[in-house]
Amino acid sequence: MIRIGAFLVGLFFSGWLLVSATMGAFNFVTNPAAPTAEHEFHKKPEPVDFSFNGPAGKYDRAQLQRGLQIFKEVCSACHSLKYVSFRDFKDLGYSDGQIKTIAQTWPAEAPSINPETGEAATRKPTPADKIPAPYPNEVAARAANNNAAPPDLSLMAKARHGGPDYIHALLTGYQAPPAELKKKFPEAMPGKTTHYNPYFANLNLAMPAPLTTDGQVTYGEGAPKPTVDQMAKDVSAFLMWTAEPKLENRKRAGTAAVIFLLVFFGLCVGAYKNVWADKKAHA
Amino acid sequence: MSFPWANEYKPSNPFMRYLDEKLPLPRFVYNAVGAGYPVPRNLNYFWNFGVLAGVALMVQIVSGIILAMHFAAESTVAFASVEHIMRDVNAGWFIRYAHMNGASMFFIVVYIHIFRGLFYGSYKPPREMVWHLGLVIFLLMMATAFMGYVLPWGQMSFWGAKVITGLFGALPVIGTPIQTWLLGGFAPDNAALNRFFSLHYLLPFVILGVIILHIWALHIPGSSNPTGVEVKDEQDTVPFHPYYTAKDGVGVAVFFLVFAGLLFFAPNFLGEPDNYVQANPLATPANIVPEWYFWPFYAILRAFTVDFLFIPAKLLGVLAMFAAILLLFFLPWLDTSAVRSGHYRPLFRKFFWFGLIPTIAILGYCGGSHATDGIVLISQIASAYYFAHFLIILPIIARVETPKPLPTSITEAVLGHAPGATLQPAE
Repeated sequence: MIRIGAFLVGLFFSGWLLVSATMGAFNFVTNPAAPTAEHEFHKKPEPVDFSFNGPAGKYDRAQLQRGLQIFKEVCSACHSLKYVSFRDFKDLGYSDGQIKTIAQTWPAEAPSINPETGEAATRKPTPADKIPAPYPNEVAARAANNNAAPPDLSLMAKARHGGPDYIHALLTGYQAPPAELKKKFPEAMPGKTTHYNPYFANLNLAMPAPLTTDGQVTYGEGAPKPTVDQMAKDVSAFLMWTAEPKLENRKRAGTAAVIFLLVFFGLCVGAYKNVWADKKAHA
Repeated sequence: MSFPWANEYKPSNPFMRYLDEKLPLPRFVYNAVGAGYPVPRNLNYFWNFGVLAGVALMVQIVSGIILAMHFAAESTVAFASVEHIMRDVNAGWFIRYAHMNGASMFFIVVYIHIFRGLFYGSYKPPREMVWHLGLVIFLLMMATAFMGYVLPWGQMSFWGAKVITGLFGALPVIGTPIQTWLLGGFAPDNAALNRFFSLHYLLPFVILGVIILHIWALHIPGSSNPTGVEVKDEQDTVPFHPYYTAKDGVGVAVFFLVFAGLLFFAPNFLGEPDNYVQANPLATPANIVPEWYFWPFYAILRAFTVDFLFIPAKLLGVLAMFAAILLLFFLPWLDTSAVRSGHYRPLFRKFFWFGLIPTIAILGYCGGSHATDGIVLISQIASAYYFAHFLIILPIIARVETPKPLPTSITEAVLGHAPGATLQPAE
């Protein structure tokens, strides 16, 4: 009885799936899906040789400091970094005094309350504060940016396929839309408030190219030349740090754990052989 | 416990003798996973995965309890509280990544454990109850994992919750009220997050309870073995401790090596980047996919594209997805071959390795991919085979197959001299 029931259920599901597959295949042949602009023009980010790649990779402190400089001078005009505190910059190699200066000279101020009137106010940030957002709320962010609110960047390097490679590709990928695109997909051409970038999911994004010219940011002494590519790499590395500040602790702990476990594995194999010696001997 | 020659617990220490009189807990442990449990001497490494699943559950419970101390189950701050754990809690990143990847490790070992059972016929009498309780554990694990994935309140958490509870919405008439009742609202929100947190904390302990039943039911007939031949005398068995505790030690070491590789060097490899974006009911991700361990079932769900008479395709997909798991409960009656082990079943073995395993791998791939026409087509063919394999092919194989001769005993299979080996069913 069970087997007859099962046979009928199986016949129904399998049969109907094969019918659906046949109908789908017929539809696929007679009425193939139209190619999309994204399918033809979207590019995958090229891998960047970051210092933190690989199982033993570490952050390059000087690069993170340059990245912070770019974030402060360029990105922070529109983007927030709400999960990062000024005190966290200690990881970038800054002293307490330097962090205090960075906090006090930050372009945006921290929200506060006027102690006299109780009204909303702002004050100079302290090292304990999270990085203040450039806009007081999402409505303000939208109003200032053609209704496209700039996303928070704290986790961006983990929130997109390709991570820091993607950020680097996006920042350096702005270009004039190819003539092909205009010919084949005129509706996919950038509008008045969008900008063509083949690394962006739907090819056109609201953000204009933030890094436009070499030397846009002045680096300190001994730093590499601030080309657009270099600046994009530096800020991508910085955003990887904001997304994964414990990366170095993680890899260090991991190396120790793997060494410990290899020794443990060796001991277990030895114990196993020892315990089973009399049972396997006459096999 | 199950065999007359099992070692008896004889405490030598006076305190242990006293304890054994008043509360024989050490005796219970000794008989369950100690020297008092005789186990077939020929188990291979596939028999490690039950213990490994237990280890994985313990990792999840311990890391989960610590996470719950820092997590805030409230929709406006849940996402930020996870980031707080990752950044400011001492070793919080370790606990959180351990819990995240621990779930994947748990499913990896449980899937291998299930495939072990499928290949070696562990679901056959007298161990049907062990198999059924195992499937109950699997269903509870799926529910627990799904609800856990919702808690960080990222984009995939939110949209996953919406899609999965939407499955109940496909039921006629009662569907929408059930979905609303499950979520505590019309869409996932704080009410859903709170109840998922509560249940996510509860269910692992329910799983623990069912695991005790699972082991209890196993100890009545005793463990199965790769030949599928039942234990005949003392020669066929060794005490669980120290023989299999030593062997499980090796398995545990390998388990933790793989786990450490994932946790420390590729903690986000199995995750979706979208879940690092806070839940936003107004922005649908381009491709809503569940965690990898649900991909095969997700592919079956999406494979139904055509309505059948008055049954909408979506409902068919939901029914098929649940049927894909529930049909495993009927396996003891579908596969009637008296031979348990796939080693001695030439036809069964071919369909297992060249039919079932590739099908599930293909379904997994399709379930994780963007549902293009081609992907849907492949998942339809693979799903058709999946149902046919269990419901049609297995019962037929059991009837038409001529099994290879079985060894007369486990000891003979181990020692290799096989004079007088005859064709003989397992029971």
